[in-house]
Amino acid sequence: MEVPILKQGDYLIASIQSALTDADLTQLRESLGERVGRFRSRGVIVDVTAVDVMDSFAVRTLRDLAHTTWLRGAETVIVGIQPDVAFAMVQLGLTLKGVATALDLEEGLAFLDSQVKHRRRRV
Amino acid sequence: MSDPIEAVMASEVTIASDVDVVTARQRGRELAAELTFSRGDQTVIAAAISEIARNILTYAGRGTVRMSIKHDGDRSAVVVVARDDGPGIADITLAMRDGYSTSGGLGVGLGGARQLMDEFELISAVGEGTTITMRKWHPRVHAR
Repeated sequence: MEVPILKQGDYLIASIQSALTDADLTQLRESLGERVGRFRSRGVIVDVTAVDVMDSFAVRTLRDLAHTTWLRGAETVIVGIQPDVAFAMVQLGLTLKGVATALDLEEGLAFLDSQVKHRRRRV
Repeated sequence: MSDPIEAVMASEVTIASDVDVVTARQRGRELAAELTFSRGDQTVIAAAISEIARNILTYAGRGTVRMSIKHDGDRSAVVVVARDDGPGIADITLAMRDGYSTSGGLGVGLGGARQLMDEFELISAVGEGTTITMRKWHPRVHAR
């Protein structure tokens, strides 16, 4: 099932709604990379609140997604990793190092606002 | 060897595509929920199943994941057996090592699954495929 991507001002919001297959995740990575360019987006939020398991492939794809969009000029933040999902990830040694995370959508938006301002100041 | 109770609830998923990985881990979670494992443990079991199912897909292309319940005295376990007729693993110690991968992955798969479960056995020989058996134990829940 394809992940819906919502455009909200300078940001793109992808809410993962169900158990994703590898192909769905890869497609999400590609869609976001393309849309960041099309909409000149400054930030991307990937909401994984509904995701019940994050395995090594999912983590690798999310990490690649975040790095890809960063290279395209947008910040990415992953929001809504559930406590039990986080615990299993740590047990697997999957830490998503180098990728921004936030508790929920609200915190994610606040994070992007601060990051985007910071990026603009630097330029 | 075969425990009659074990056969009561069992589920076998053929792993041949990425959709099957999702199916296998969902079945595993259901089985764990049946044994009243906590939500946290259900997720841990589902993650371990996801890793070994993915391992089948990556290295053998095709195989099966069989999940069942085993009772032993006052405890019960979710038992997961992953089988494939793939190329097998030449150096099991190396394959289990954290960060080791021949597929360009993160290399957490097998070692990670072992971390998540209580018991983990791997039998493999080059050219003869791989069988992984994993168990996670829980205090026995008596039928209501």
